[in-house]
Amino acid sequence: MTLEMIAARHWDVIVAGGGNAALCAAIEAAEKGARVLVVEAAPLPYRGGNSRHTRNFRCMHRGPLSVLTGSYGEDEYFDDLLRVTKGDTDEGLARMAIRLSEEALPWMEAHGIRFQPSLSGTLSLSRTNAFFLGGGKALVNAYYRTAEDLGVQFLYETQVTHVHLAGDRFEAVDLLCAEETATVSGSAIVLASGGFQGDLDWLAKAWGPAARNFLIRGTPYNRGVVLRDMLDQGTQSVGDPTQCHAVAIDGRAPKFDGGIVTRLDCVPFSVVVNKDGERFYDEGEDVWPKRYAIWGRLVAAQPDQVAFSIIDSKSRDLFMPSVYPPETAETIDGLAQRLGLPGVKLRETVEAFNAACPDGAFHPTELDGLATEGLSPPKTNWARPILEPPFYGYALRPGVTFTYLGLKVDDTARVQGARRALKNVWAAGEIMAGSILGQGYLAGFGMTIGTVFGRIAGREAASHVI
Amino acid sequence: MSFETPALTEAARQVQICNACRYCEGYCSVFPAMFRERTFASGDLTQLANLCHNCRGCYYACQYTEPHEFALNLPAALAEARRESWERFAWPGALSRLFQRSGVAVAAALVLGVVLLFAAIRAVPDTGDGFYAYMSHALMVAIFAPAFLAPLVVIGVGLRRYWAEVGGQRVRWSDLRDAGRSAATMRNLSGGQGQGCNFEDEDRFTNTRRYLHQATIWGFLLCFASTSSGTVLHYGFGLEAPYGPLSLPKLFGVPGGVLLTVGAFGLAWLKTKADPALGAAHLWGGETAFVLLLGLTGATGLALYAATGTSAVPALLAIHLGAVLALFLTTPYSKMAHGFYRFAALVRDAQIARRTGTAD
Repeated sequence: MTLEMIAARHWDVIVAGGGNAALCAAIEAAEKGARVLVVEAAPLPYRGGNSRHTRNFRCMHRGPLSVLTGSYGEDEYFDDLLRVTKGDTDEGLARMAIRLSEEALPWMEAHGIRFQPSLSGTLSLSRTNAFFLGGGKALVNAYYRTAEDLGVQFLYETQVTHVHLAGDRFEAVDLLCAEETATVSGSAIVLASGGFQGDLDWLAKAWGPAARNFLIRGTPYNRGVVLRDMLDQGTQSVGDPTQCHAVAIDGRAPKFDGGIVTRLDCVPFSVVVNKDGERFYDEGEDVWPKRYAIWGRLVAAQPDQVAFSIIDSKSRDLFMPSVYPPETAETIDGLAQRLGLPGVKLRETVEAFNAACPDGAFHPTELDGLATEGLSPPKTNWARPILEPPFYGYALRPGVTFTYLGLKVDDTARVQGARRALKNVWAAGEIMAGSILGQGYLAGFGMTIGTVFGRIAGREAASHVI
Repeated sequence: MSFETPALTEAARQVQICNACRYCEGYCSVFPAMFRERTFASGDLTQLANLCHNCRGCYYACQYTEPHEFALNLPAALAEARRESWERFAWPGALSRLFQRSGVAVAAALVLGVVLLFAAIRAVPDTGDGFYAYMSHALMVAIFAPAFLAPLVVIGVGLRRYWAEVGGQRVRWSDLRDAGRSAATMRNLSGGQGQGCNFEDEDRFTNTRRYLHQATIWGFLLCFASTSSGTVLHYGFGLEAPYGPLSLPKLFGVPGGVLLTVGAFGLAWLKTKADPALGAAHLWGGETAFVLLLGLTGATGLALYAATGTSAVPALLAIHLGAVLALFLTTPYSKMAHGFYRFAALVRDAQIARRTGTAD
């Protein structure tokens, strides 16, 4: 259908966005008999927002469920969430998302999603997370197929530029496709268009000019256009508007959409220096999955938002390979040259580190207590001298995963206006995740929020109309 | 690391990216095999390339396909490396370049085969029964024994070269059993969970290709069993053709012919719906011609049986035997070779899985 034909019709439910949450909403609404229009800003090959980069779904289960082993109860799940958010969550919404995740998994399977046992290198998640066969893009493809079969209509490369509200009631959306614009009316709308991390100007305004040096791990199409439009119209927000979730990734990654392959797991076995060749934080503070997320911030605070992780040949095979081969040299001076670091300073740093390394047994998979002596900052585990050439170096940069600012919703996913809930506007996914995930991140939880709230939003929107 | 050819260099580039991602682990044997390694030599890539069944699941699931700058298209990269490996292993390689790539060359081989058989029938009239009324058994053997055995010798040489390049070890019965099971069930076209592959309708999973391939290979094997049983009856028991409808050659041959015909023409039809850019694009013609030749072999065999006692027999006999001749003679150089190398790759994969304890 052309934009003109789309605009000539009145839609029961319009969904802004084309990722996991949007598709769950569209499928639920269509199954209730609604005529559904999905408006995806990305072109077809990039459809699916950040969902196309995901790979797992964190799921409560009271006993073995599909590929999930053992059990993972509501309280344990909620405790895990409390630990990462440090209490910055809405307990009611969080517990609801957790409880509903259990019935969501069979629903996903019934709508074309296939799961596989935990991927190699992710055994620590095999009880808590179900992995998508083929990853997030396979999930997105399956949902598009299911939605198409239900008669859902899609517009690609089309931006929702404005949501028309009359008081607390949604009436229509303005769409922009290439140079063409149109106003399309609907009886209900589900906002599932993600955060704003793709808009570097906004990021720079929120975080500071350093944000221009950040890499964006996911889609460039999450520019927060709908989020901004709704906030400008007085809807209530949640989440810290200045914060984003960032991890340290390979500094050579593309500006956008580098995804999973740009992650680097070498930090605990390395020394990390800034561009002046100086260490700045304890690389061995904890096992990597638990420290993965803080390094984004640490690197962001260094000059030019860049750091360098240095290992020797002993550690080469201790971590998952990255997509880019490391810089390699036979001497530390040579490596400094290849990485563009001051050679004398780097040698001093490495020598001081080596001199502070104790004797003792090195255990890469557990906290081995092998800590430096008299070094500041210390390295409190896996402190093994960097001596055996060849030496390897990786550049690190902050990679933004998502932003926290979002729309406030209630337990029916309804968006909250300045004074009361909007009558026919729902939100799901990253655009409202800040309600539950105030800070930090829990692997697989973004997909839980998207799926649970997407389904609720779709059902609620359809029941409102039909 | 440097590689001997551009296809291997490109395969290595893509495999490194896959190895850092691993989302596709559950689709087929290629990924577990890949994830056992950190670095890849030419032999490793050749093994992965021949293990790949081109089910395309990984392509449609991939977040790094074009227009992404990583430009992943693993099915095509491995198909190119595979094509190159067969040309490298075949002797003489020039023939491989001809029959793999060119539908016209396969068609020409067919015409040549048919003409040859017509000429043979005309030149040497005989007075036997059934087919042998048109062409003596001795003449058939004189043509087909070498036409069957010579290509097998050439393929054997190629397999030895393959085995050396991928670092294969002494084959155990258990390796053959594991490989045989994978081949018999086409496990690597199952999508990992029985949903099938992505082929004729982009990212939608279906088992159409898997089942058509099953029909083709089982049909081919039944036809082969039919001919073999005829040979045994002829030499071992002095029972000469024509055989009755309840004889072994017919009991194998008729269902075999039906399966082969349906399977092969079905695969050719499916090929017209699939995206050629996810395979070795230049091979499209050669591959399609090969699968049509297979179908023609089955169909003409059935037609010949149906025409028993009519005046159409000599012409059909020439066409059928001509097709068989073309199929045999081009075996080491056409898509037919894939069956041999694919099986070798499955055997090698079983060996590696056994050694590393990562049988999947």
